[in-house]
Amino acid sequence: MSDAAKILALHFGLLALLVALQFLLPAYHHGNLARIMVLASYAIGYNLLFGYTGLLSLGHAMFFAAGMYGMGLSVRHLGFTPAPALLAGIATGLALSAAFGALALRTAGVAFMIVTLMFAQAGYLIILYFGEYTRGDEGFVIQQSQRVLWGIDLTQPTARYFAAFTLFAACLLLSLQVIRRPFGKTLIAIRENEDRARMLGYDVFAHKLGAVILSGTVSAAAGAFYGLLFGYAGASFATVQYSILPLLWVLLGGAGTIIGPFIGALFTFYLIDIASGLTDAYMAVVGVVLLMLTLFASQGIGGELRARVWSWLP
Amino acid sequence: MEIGPYLMLASLEGAVTAAVLALTAVGLSLVFGVMRVVNVAHGEFFMLGAVLAWWVATSLGGHPAIGFAAALIVAPVLVGLIAAAADMTILKRLEYDPERTIVATIGLLYIIQQITLMTYGPDARPVEPPFNTRLALPWVEWGESGPALYWPWGLGTTTYKLAVIGAAGVVLVGVWGLMTRTRIGLVMRATQLDREMAQAFGIPVERVYALVFGLGAALAALGAVLVVPIQQAHYLMGHDPLLLSFIVVIVGGLGSLPGTVVAAVLIGMSDGIISVFFTPTLAKILATLLVALVLVFRPQGLFGARPA
Repeated sequence: MSDAAKILALHFGLLALLVALQFLLPAYHHGNLARIMVLASYAIGYNLLFGYTGLLSLGHAMFFAAGMYGMGLSVRHLGFTPAPALLAGIATGLALSAAFGALALRTAGVAFMIVTLMFAQAGYLIILYFGEYTRGDEGFVIQQSQRVLWGIDLTQPTARYFAAFTLFAACLLLSLQVIRRPFGKTLIAIRENEDRARMLGYDVFAHKLGAVILSGTVSAAAGAFYGLLFGYAGASFATVQYSILPLLWVLLGGAGTIIGPFIGALFTFYLIDIASGLTDAYMAVVGVVLLMLTLFASQGIGGELRARVWSWLP
Repeated sequence: MEIGPYLMLASLEGAVTAAVLALTAVGLSLVFGVMRVVNVAHGEFFMLGAVLAWWVATSLGGHPAIGFAAALIVAPVLVGLIAAAADMTILKRLEYDPERTIVATIGLLYIIQQITLMTYGPDARPVEPPFNTRLALPWVEWGESGPALYWPWGLGTTTYKLAVIGAAGVVLVGVWGLMTRTRIGLVMRATQLDREMAQAFGIPVERVYALVFGLGAALAALGAVLVVPIQQAHYLMGHDPLLLSFIVVIVGGLGSLPGTVVAAVLIGMSDGIISVFFTPTLAKILATLLVALVLVFRPQGLFGARPA
């Protein structure tokens, strides 16, 4: 098999497995996997910026929350139906990431990380400040009657699973497509050596801005789906914790691999699930895993797979 | 109350915030300046200082002043040792690579915070101040027979709050003296200017780094011990000081100590005053956006002269 065929076989195999699992899994894990697929889509968005462009953002919760609130608020206050509401969420993420990228990309390195952290913090505080509309920390529930998309009731487990699957498949194939095209290859060139990419005549700023917008929009789409599928929008999704989690998923799964975000989200979800059964202080697990990864396995699972077994892993 | 006394009260409260903030932020700035490491766990060292202060004060018993005096010494030293150990076991292995140390200190943040939750618990606990006399403050009013003093209701402060401001000032002068007047300060500045050259001249750079990281954390812990009689110790209390310290360090210019102190006073005072007239949330939104824009348009900070 050629490398291209192997790549297609692996990723479509994963998608086929996920379809099969919908019929096999018991209810508890079925619900978990739907959630993991949405979170993995968020991680895929994060990975496009961190893994492939080499820009470490500490503020992606801002995009996730932008999608969630863009969708949720338009349902709550404007009476949108799910389809236009999802589009509203994605459009909010697109606009925010374009404005944010144009400002933040004037900085680099450590300054970029702190700028992302600060903008995200401001975003979180703005949600609290307009508590009259957003209901702040408490959040608001999206009623069952408002969650019927084209006659399909998204509160039903099967419908919800397939909606999550559709989003995940779209994000996975989109990211696979992006990095196999010249645009994606240029992003990798920028990650490896920005000065050289610039010297070769690539417009580095435009490519980075493209990566921020793509990454922010995918993250917003995940946020919008999360709010709609699970019927809740709250300010806790805009906190620093939700900026750190995608970083953890991507580092664990393997930064700069297409399937890494999914592997990372899956592992972390069950790790936290088990740990929270044992102790209230389950975030300690997140801390230990982050520390161990930076110390001993900075390539993550996907990176190790690529180094040892599948050298063709995109 | 009229606007004048109101403003005076707000500036007094702001000055206390500014004093504690200056200590915390100078610690962060020192670490960034010398080691080029962004320590995201800095707020947790602050929290650890407050929790240890509670622990020392309650286990000693007796007069509050005895427990507090002991906490003032024990908490910063312990926190400094913990930080130095973290530097030697973790940061050194990462060779102080900026991105990886940020991720590692995020990990450290969660570990310290959650271990505190497991051992100390989720409650907020107070530490009694060593002395706490209420002082009423006068205000000048133009009466019929010229200026006259009167004591508006509610305008006042406590001796403890004034002592916090004084103590922070003394410590900051001490840090300045350490950096500019002593041999160890000279060594730190040499390491800051050029790490490799310092090493070539026989300076044990790794030991200097451990010392600086410990000192930075100890300053945060000291600020926390000073504030804990006013605020109460809680396992999530590290979040706001971290954010405010970041803001201060960036506005003051990354790695510049005098800039950091000026910015701490500015941010602390304006945070106090804006919070009185508007909501605290709005004050924080404005401060965070200010910082982001300073970094974007003036990366050397408002007071920094050297280009970054």
